[in-house]
Amino acid sequence: MSALKQFAAKYFGEDPVFARRTFGGIQPPTFKEHSLRSRIMSSPIPPQLTIPIGPGNSGEISLLVGIGERVLKYQKLAVMTFYAEGRSEVPVHAPTSGVIISIEDSVVADHSQQQQRCITLASDGHDEAKKIEGQPDYVRLGSAGIVSKIRDAGIIGMGGAGFPTADKLAGCGDAGPEFLIINAAECEPYITADEALLRERADSVVMGAKILKQASAARRCIFAIEDTKPDAIAALQQALKEQLSIAAFCELVLIPSKYPAGSERQLIQCVTGIEVTTGLHPTENGVLMHNVGTAYAVYEAIVNGKPCISRFTTLCGQALKTPKNFEVLIGTATDYLFELCGIEPTNKQKSILGGSLMGNELTSDKAVICKTTNCLIAASANEIPASAPEKACIRCGFCADACPSRLLPQQLLAFSRTSDTTQLLEHGLFDCIDCGACDYVCPSHIPLVSTFKESKTLIENHEQSLLRSDYWQHRFQFRQYRIKKEKDQVLSRKKEVPEQPVQIAEQAPNTQNNEADIISKEQASRDIAAAVARVKARRDEKNK
Amino acid sequence: MLPLISHWLTQLIIGAGLLLICVYALQKIYQYVHQQLGIQKSLVTRINRALPQTQCGQCGHPGCLPYARAISLGEASNKCPPGGLETILELAELLNEPVRGLDPAHGQFRDFSVAVIREDECIGCTKCIQACPVDAILGGPKLMHTVIESECTGCDLCVEPCPVDCIDMANHIAPSLSQTTPLYFATHNSLGVST
Repeated sequence: MSALKQFAAKYFGEDPVFARRTFGGIQPPTFKEHSLRSRIMSSPIPPQLTIPIGPGNSGEISLLVGIGERVLKYQKLAVMTFYAEGRSEVPVHAPTSGVIISIEDSVVADHSQQQQRCITLASDGHDEAKKIEGQPDYVRLGSAGIVSKIRDAGIIGMGGAGFPTADKLAGCGDAGPEFLIINAAECEPYITADEALLRERADSVVMGAKILKQASAARRCIFAIEDTKPDAIAALQQALKEQLSIAAFCELVLIPSKYPAGSERQLIQCVTGIEVTTGLHPTENGVLMHNVGTAYAVYEAIVNGKPCISRFTTLCGQALKTPKNFEVLIGTATDYLFELCGIEPTNKQKSILGGSLMGNELTSDKAVICKTTNCLIAASANEIPASAPEKACIRCGFCADACPSRLLPQQLLAFSRTSDTTQLLEHGLFDCIDCGACDYVCPSHIPLVSTFKESKTLIENHEQSLLRSDYWQHRFQFRQYRIKKEKDQVLSRKKEVPEQPVQIAEQAPNTQNNEADIISKEQASRDIAAAVARVKARRDEKNK
Repeated sequence: MLPLISHWLTQLIIGAGLLLICVYALQKIYQYVHQQLGIQKSLVTRINRALPQTQCGQCGHPGCLPYARAISLGEASNKCPPGGLETILELAELLNEPVRGLDPAHGQFRDFSVAVIREDECIGCTKCIQACPVDAILGGPKLMHTVIESECTGCDLCVEPCPVDCIDMANHIAPSLSQTTPLYFATHNSLGVST
């Protein structure tokens, strides 16, 4: 079939890529214009950086520096090893030069907002960099060379999932995927980091995409961008035109603007028509997707040799005087960034991490920017209205219309309330992408997504506990098997050497036993008897 | 000719329809019987699956499987404190019995906890190693012992035999399985140990 396809592609050209019909989705006000008014600003070096080096529980950290040591910019600080799907290694680099003060736990601004082990670096202001070497002629590196350089630069998915990019590339296999999609569809309200990046540095992003295509051996590369971003589209078209000398390596697809168009599975369906199988990775269906931020980081790592020490983050919300996009160093505290934007503390109701629909409230002002922090919102009181009281479901079905995964949220809600696991699984609970479209349209203000999230955790925990009990049972039975085997071994050894020690004992001269020996033996046996009696008395007392 | 053909056609359609209905009904009956047989065959296994497998012996049996056998022979199913309310409800549903509260003679509900050895106080007597039902304690004679956290079932059988009382039960979220577990199953199933 694939041979036929290739034949057709050769003689009739590839079937054109176009935006297909997608399901569900909503069109909320985007509020993107505020932060796009100014250009991307490189954030100044803060006096102190707290660089997250890894999750405390699910991985290992190997530190390469010690407290009190002076480090240079781009120097490798630590390597975290964790087991997501197989072993992944992500190194962490120093964003600036300075002295390491401490290594302790701190809150990190990622979606879980948990404590993570962090290195605190006091910057000395010199920004003295270690010598780095780029390789503009990336083709010479070869696929494996590019992947290893990307791994060495510590690049992880900048869109938010944070999966190590090198592992994603290596996971495609030698044949390579059919499609490499560069995701520029930033559909969530408020977030403009990708759009601003494309507007100003489209050349670098296109170059990064080319490197990614080379590394993954993908057959076609597609830029997917929403049609409501004219500046970014123009910049991208210009950049693509300039790069046209290297064949038509890339296609540009405009997709209709709606939320959640930029979600991985939804975008793949929209652009290629492939529906990714539940529980599988898109790469297993022949599609590889990377964010534009990742493409930019790859460009920096390969062409300029710079490891991943900064990212693009949107700061917005009505409580900020000058909302804008920052190229911010990893490890900067969020309150430092808010102050740079002229925050009005009296106006601020709460800070939100991520976009307004999928984001969570920021629990700590001192949280630090990590490699996946894409947006921070300082929301005023009238921006985030207090949630209305929940009413009964009226079965209007708006949620089913809005669901991008074509699920039935009202049914799922009913099954969640009765914790009917079989029905939940049958109705595809794990296809829910937590986008919040159903929450947005619900006229009864039912917190659907949070209910689904709870059910998902419950089911996952239950599955984990079943697995664990299987394991314990197996260990218990193995122990019994082991004890039996040891006993058998002892018995068989006795059978093998019959009565030989006894014979030796008989042969030994037994007559020379003098009286003292006999007395001491009697004494010993009496002592033992007394001890046994003592223990027995104590045991009786206990039993009483 | 035409009415004749239409007559045959009608008969054919009705016949095919009846055949389909019969096939469907047979399939359903087969499924039902299969399910019922499955339940009867594996009652002990199903009870055993509902038990938490901590192997703590608080029910008075040496391990979870013996207790599952006893339950299938008519013993009360409310003697398992580590399983919590979940196990009691699941067993009541499985056995079609009214839900009874936990038998207080066999202990009380409590949160999951793992054993932690205060390592400087340990004298290396190996008594806890012998008591541990899942080989979760590591150590040698006259050498310090330690509990492998991810293996511990929280049965607290090691606390009693310790002569210097250096084992605590620390409250702990249930650990996720270690990454080597699949490997473990892969290598140990070949030893002929049945699960």
